[in-house]
Amino acid sequence: MSQVIETGKAFEFTAENVEKAKKFIARYPDGRQQSAVMPLLDLAQRQNENWLSKEAIEYVGNFLDVPYMRVLEVATFYTMYNLKPVGKYFLQLCRTTPCWLRGSDDLEAVCKNKLGITNGETSEDGMFSLLEVECLGACVNAPVVQINDDFYEDLNGENFEAVLDKLASGDVPPKGPQIDRINSAPEGGPTTLLEKTEGA
Amino acid sequence: MLKDQDRIFTNLYGIHDWKLAGAKSRGVWDNTKALIEMGQDGIIDAMKESGLRGRGGAGFPTGLKWSFMPKESDGRPSYLVVNADESEPGTCKDREIMRFDPHRLLEGCLVAGFAMRAVAAYIYIRGEFVQEAINLEIAIQEAYDDGLIGKNASGSGYDFDIYLHRGAGAYICGEETALIESLEGNKGQPRLKPPFPANVGVWGCPSTVNNVESIAVAPEILRRGEGWFSGLGRPNNTGTKLFCISGHVNKPCNVEEEMGIPLKELIEKHAGGVRGGWDNLLAVIPGGSSVPLLPKDICDDILMDFDSLRDAQSGLGTAAVIVMDKSTDVIRAIERLSHFYKHESCGQCTPCREGTGWMWRVMQRLVSGDAEVEEIDMLINVSKRIEGHTICALGDAAAWPIQGLVRHFRPVIEERIKSRKASKAA
Repeated sequence: MSQVIETGKAFEFTAENVEKAKKFIARYPDGRQQSAVMPLLDLAQRQNENWLSKEAIEYVGNFLDVPYMRVLEVATFYTMYNLKPVGKYFLQLCRTTPCWLRGSDDLEAVCKNKLGITNGETSEDGMFSLLEVECLGACVNAPVVQINDDFYEDLNGENFEAVLDKLASGDVPPKGPQIDRINSAPEGGPTTLLEKTEGA
Repeated sequence: MLKDQDRIFTNLYGIHDWKLAGAKSRGVWDNTKALIEMGQDGIIDAMKESGLRGRGGAGFPTGLKWSFMPKESDGRPSYLVVNADESEPGTCKDREIMRFDPHRLLEGCLVAGFAMRAVAAYIYIRGEFVQEAINLEIAIQEAYDDGLIGKNASGSGYDFDIYLHRGAGAYICGEETALIESLEGNKGQPRLKPPFPANVGVWGCPSTVNNVESIAVAPEILRRGEGWFSGLGRPNNTGTKLFCISGHVNKPCNVEEEMGIPLKELIEKHAGGVRGGWDNLLAVIPGGSSVPLLPKDICDDILMDFDSLRDAQSGLGTAAVIVMDKSTDVIRAIERLSHFYKHESCGQCTPCREGTGWMWRVMQRLVSGDAEVEEIDMLINVSKRIEGHTICALGDAAAWPIQGLVRHFRPVIEERIKSRKASKAA
């Protein structure tokens, strides 16, 4: 099986993304444009319905004058580059210990029972894809699911279903904690930073 | 308990304005020029005196690290690289700094970058932190527009640029040389040291890689004085620290506390206590997934700092406290971590590439009990053959949680194997 999919359709950046790509390249010293491989792959993925075709990877290589193989190595090493099409809502479900301790198994069950998908699958209607991932770095708000760019936190079977229902009906529910809580402060309110300090 | 006036991260919970105006009202960018006027040696000496040890996990003295950078350029520019690839399971503190107090990090970049004679800072942020990257980009633009960075940064006469680089999902890029490889546009595979980054780092130039929190606290240390910081905590373990308390507590949270706070006090004061009460505690992983867990009897009176936890055969790591109550299948909790390390091994060194998968497969059988008791010793033996035999510390990090499990919970593992055998025989 080939690691990448050839679509037969040419890929090129939109005029707007060409400008963005040039700005990314300008962040690195002259002659070090290979450093821009990662931001440009991300840009290409965002333009290409959240996945990278062989043509997109080749295009990034040509754009940067970096051999295809160097770009392919990067595209296949990092987990955030999708090498096959994914659903409109890409669910990345954290299953590492801090999320598992707080019930990530229940969220996995919701995906299976409600959406009919398990790890690596896309729902029949093309709306949802599920990928089980390792630690997302929001452990005090566990369990966490990243949906496209946004973190949905403090989930349980019930409020996760509510999030999925909203998405299915075309709404985008507010990201962040799904329980009554301010970001990473303890539920019920902070135990610190209570004294009135200057400017606060 | 630490007084609010001694807390550095006054917008930890994002209650206040994170942009430039809000940051300035909290004292960020307050006469940064005066800090730069301390001079390179003055800043580095103060940082050494403050006792700050790196907040990314290894605990290396920050001022000393900065002093390794060349004092005179041989023609190559020097770079500060900020490690914002926060991926150690349990750890979610740098995220809060970047989305709610980004200017504190940027001011730290300027001061630290100046002290090490760097021309620019590259902040390497993990790819999943999209919102955090957006906030940082906005903050960087604000800082340029306000003359705080760029040419004649903050009116100091020093030119300094800050750039953001987003990762794309790889724990290994939190290792400093893998991060450098990734910044150069390669696979994130660690480099052999020496040469150390301070001699040959990103693009072959002298570089220093520091954790977000280490950099973000620097301006406040210089402003309030190194004696203020070193007066908090205990000798060799000074200052304040962001703690992340996750798992089986009533109110998981992040909090800034004094180094050396007792673990029990930390959990009970800020995280609402262990679910079901302190006596329902089984074990705690005190510093992120890579450090060995501690059973309850050690947790009763352990202090949360580098030396105390090292003496208990664990570590402060990133100060990410993962709490497990008595309902936890502790073997499965560690099996999950073994899967994590198998997934995140970069595949470069054979002991790690093969060993992490081997250990995970054995751990899976220990979860179900389908194993022989002798395999526990074999597992430890193999873990010792991985530990210390790889280019980077991921091999060690994969070995330690398993070693901690066997050290403290061997009877639980043996019991599971025996009862599985009994149920098969029946």
